[in-house]
Amino acid sequence: MVIEPKPEIMQAETDVLVIGSGAAGMYAAIEAARGGASVLLLDRSLIGRGGATVMAQMTVAVALGAETPDHWTHHFNDTLAAGRSLCNAPLAQLLCEEGVECILEMEDWGVGWARKDGRITQAMAPGHDRPRCVYVDFLSTGPAVSKTLRTALHKHAGVRRAGDLCVIDLLKVDGEVTGAVAWHVGSGAPVVISAKATIVATGGLTRLYRRNSASANMGGDGYALALRAGAPLIDMEFVQFFPIGHLAPRLIGMDPIMWDPFRYKLGGKLLNNRGEEFTQSYGVPEDGKYVVTRDVGTHAILKEVEAGRGSPHGGVYLSFQHCPEAELRAAFGPVIDRLAKNNIDLTKMPVEVAPIAHYHMGGIVADARMQTQVPGLLVAGEAVGGANGANRLSGNAITEALVFGRRAGRSAAERVKEVHTQNSNDGSAREVLDLLTRDAPQNAPNSAAMLQELQATMADDVGPLRTKAKLERALARIDALDTMLGDCPFGGHRTFDLSRLEWFDLRNMLLVARTVAQSALARPESRGAHQREDFPGMLPSWQANQIVRLKGGKLDIAQVAAQ
Amino acid sequence: MSEIATLKIWRGDDKKAGLWETHEVPFERGQSVLDGLRWIRANRDPSLAIRFSCINANACKECMMELDGTTIYACTARLEPRVMSLSPLSNKQLVRDLVTEIAPPGERWPLARK
Ligand SMILES: Cc1cc2nc3c(=O)[nH]c(=O)nc-3n(C[C@H](O)[C@H](O)[C@H](O)COP(=O)(O)OP(=O)(O)OC[C@H]3O[C@@H](n4cnc5c(N)ncnc54)[C@H](O)[C@@H]3O)c2cc1C
Ligand code: FES
Repeated sequence: MVIEPKPEIMQAETDVLVIGSGAAGMYAAIEAARGGASVLLLDRSLIGRGGATVMAQMTVAVALGAETPDHWTHHFNDTLAAGRSLCNAPLAQLLCEEGVECILEMEDWGVGWARKDGRITQAMAPGHDRPRCVYVDFLSTGPAVSKTLRTALHKHAGVRRAGDLCVIDLLKVDGEVTGAVAWHVGSGAPVVISAKATIVATGGLTRLYRRNSASANMGGDGYALALRAGAPLIDMEFVQFFPIGHLAPRLIGMDPIMWDPFRYKLGGKLLNNRGEEFTQSYGVPEDGKYVVTRDVGTHAILKEVEAGRGSPHGGVYLSFQHCPEAELRAAFGPVIDRLAKNNIDLTKMPVEVAPIAHYHMGGIVADARMQTQVPGLLVAGEAVGGANGANRLSGNAITEALVFGRRAGRSAAERVKEVHTQNSNDGSAREVLDLLTRDAPQNAPNSAAMLQELQATMADDVGPLRTKAKLERALARIDALDTMLGDCPFGGHRTFDLSRLEWFDLRNMLLVARTVAQSALARPESRGAHQREDFPGMLPSWQANQIVRLKGGKLDIAQVAAQ
Repeated sequence: MSEIATLKIWRGDDKKAGLWETHEVPFERGQSVLDGLRWIRANRDPSLAIRFSCINANACKECMMELDGTTIYACTARLEPRVMSLSPLSNKQLVRDLVTEIAPPGERWPLARK
């Protein structure tokens, strides 16, 4: 065996460290810089490219009142109703109230929300009481949001940006977070970063599932970082499945959730293998309009499949065959050509769709300043738990990323003014540096195969429809994978060593998978995105949030009445 | 017998001293080159370095490489039942295997340090 030289350890200092460069992280960086702080913005991928933000397709919910009169309180009421009594009201209020300012600031920065006759257009989306979603047309919302924030960032000289840096653990001195240790994937070198305030803006956890809509960077790193640093998580059982993720025929060059915008515009029909519409059997008739919320849609589709009325690949059909070709062309624009390249002609055929992991309602506990329960640690975006309760409305996620990002940046800049001396991380970093520079075990297992196994387990046993037996089976698999992972990272200190990166990913993903499965097991009812087949129906006594902490290496789950 | 795609992959961390490695991948119509590379990592060799984030959406633009000498996105180029040669971008600094340095210069570590 070749003994590799140990990598050199690099150091960096900043007032504010922002981990993750989606909408939340970029807005946080801008706002912290506006507040006078120096900022270091890191991403495990490239800046502004690796997260869910750049992939967002259409809707951004905000009570602008451009289409019909609206007020943030109406948006707030819809958000609470969708959340099935579990929303954290102050967080939901912040999202709805400040969303208006952030969306308008994005417009000032040149995002280019779609307009008609000079007015910003607002689309109707399921669960909203009026047209409320602004967008950039033809699936371009995410790229436009990401590009606009990147351009706005460049105006602030106090913000340094670097990609290929994966944060491995947060650092703590005297009970406060004092920065983080990152691993530079490009060179294999560890980096110790000292910061007066640290913002986790790492997005969600959909990579835990086999079929998901988001990127390879959404393994829930932020949740694991927070747990290990002593910050609790909330609502971890509520994973949002997007009901109509593309299933077949194989489609490349487009995200599997791409059908949603076209349902907003054209309705479209969901059909079972008898060619019949079926959502009415689950309480929500569609009548040519797109009104089914995500939790109900997911449940209805999986139940049709279970009853033997599914499509060949295990989903249902989505059909636009009743729409005239000109109407399709107007609604789909250039996307029609991309579909043609995939041999899909919507005038002649339906497509197959099935639920796909899409977003996480749960996350890190924070107050309305985005402060977690650990001083020095703030959070923003999808990584925050609680604003959307048991089910999120379409369009609330981008708004949440912008609003929570801005708020976290502001709070971080305020903290920087209060913290005069920065604690040394010499001692606090020792443990994680030791782990990062350890040699690989002999005959290490295949990290990519282990990841697939975890994804299969989560999809099969911790998906939208759950039972005690399935959840227990999943927890046993997670235990076995944990044992296989061991405590020596695979791979080595080479450049772009994905085996080592995936070892650290699995370390986080197994911990986060366990919080989801254990929280799901502890909730003996069905509510929103959490459906227990052995406990159908919502229980008034479970109008409660579950708070997860890591104590002595074990998860501790406590129930508290919802606010 | 089912069809296969033969991926001839350039590997190494020095442009002057690379090796070509050949892998046979089960082929299904409609798959992308990235699907093939991910299959190799999960079933043959997890040490193969590739850069990608979004997998399907063609949104991150990270998966650029060369297929038979032409620049492609691995996630939108179709896998085909033939020999396909994959190499890193020839006009970019090599990191390892199929990964090159594609971040804008101001967003690379350690340049972003003070
Ligand atoms: C395909 C798709 C379509 C969507 N469409 C919509 C829509 O139409 N409307 C809507 O409201 N919402 C939509 N959403 C949801 C929404 O996009 C996300 O919730 C939102 O963008 C999250 O923003 P964020 O900034 O919190 O996280 P992200 O944009 O996910 O960014 C997180 C960043 O953190 C980085 N990161 C993660 N871990 C680490 C680590 N350890 N070290 C360093 N960096 C790390 C990642 O690489 C990533 O760049 C969609 C999501 C997807 C996947
Ligand atoms: S993987 Fe994102 S563009 Fe190819």
